[in-house]
Amino acid sequence: MRSLVAFLVGGLFGAGLLISGMTDTRKVQGWLDIFGDWDPTLAFVMGGAIIPMAIAWQMTKGRTALLGGAFPAPSDPQVDRRIVIGSVLFGAGLGLSGLCPGPAIASLSFGGLSGLVFATAMIGGMAMAPTANRYLDGSPQTA
Amino acid sequence: MGASGIVGGLVDGSGHHAWKERGALLLGLFFVPAIIALAQGGASTFATSNLAILIIAGLLVGLGTRIANGCTSGHGVCGISRLSLRGIVATVFYIGAGGLTVVLFKHIWGII
Repeated sequence: MRSLVAFLVGGLFGAGLLISGMTDTRKVQGWLDIFGDWDPTLAFVMGGAIIPMAIAWQMTKGRTALLGGAFPAPSDPQVDRRIVIGSVLFGAGLGLSGLCPGPAIASLSFGGLSGLVFATAMIGGMAMAPTANRYLDGSPQTA
Repeated sequence: MGASGIVGGLVDGSGHHAWKERGALLLGLFFVPAIIALAQGGASTFATSNLAILIIAGLLVGLGTRIANGCTSGHGVCGISRLSLRGIVATVFYIGAGGLTVVLFKHIWGII
């Protein structure tokens, strides 16, 4: 049951990414092109995702999940250097390719060789992260 | 909570306790857009065919999201929607770095 729900959640997420244009690398690069030919439309996608998610967070308060498991704990307010360094690296890769992790998976079926090369390199980068994180904070990566 | 954490947890083993749910979610994320794209006769994606750019960008996205512990869906959507300072800082930095990268590589150097 948990896996079925997870499949449906992933499917809904993927359909949303495709329909909203998040899998279109030109559109994502256009959204980042603040100083050039800026395409602001993806702001509505992000805003449109943040609003229902904010309501969902409110609804989790004082409740437990139907399928077991705790809701994620309140976020740690600590902004460390990993947040900044990691996000700068991620942003550079996002700008270069127009792909972030969700859309990279969602567009694999129609992204051709480019999509496959990107996703393989992304998984490679993820495999390198625990080593980088040990160096950055002196302790092994948790979740 | 977001896409990078779900994939990354499988890659480095930190999410092995929920591998079935993670795998099922990723299958949905792959197959449902595939079916929609097939039904509508293709989908538009315009990723560069420059292999060097793709490999460098992929490594940066994979490494960066796992160092920062989140990507667009984790920090950007799940984080900002509960006013997480970490999510807001991450989003400002990745959009800023992305904007700067597009300026340099597209408008100044004309590489992408």
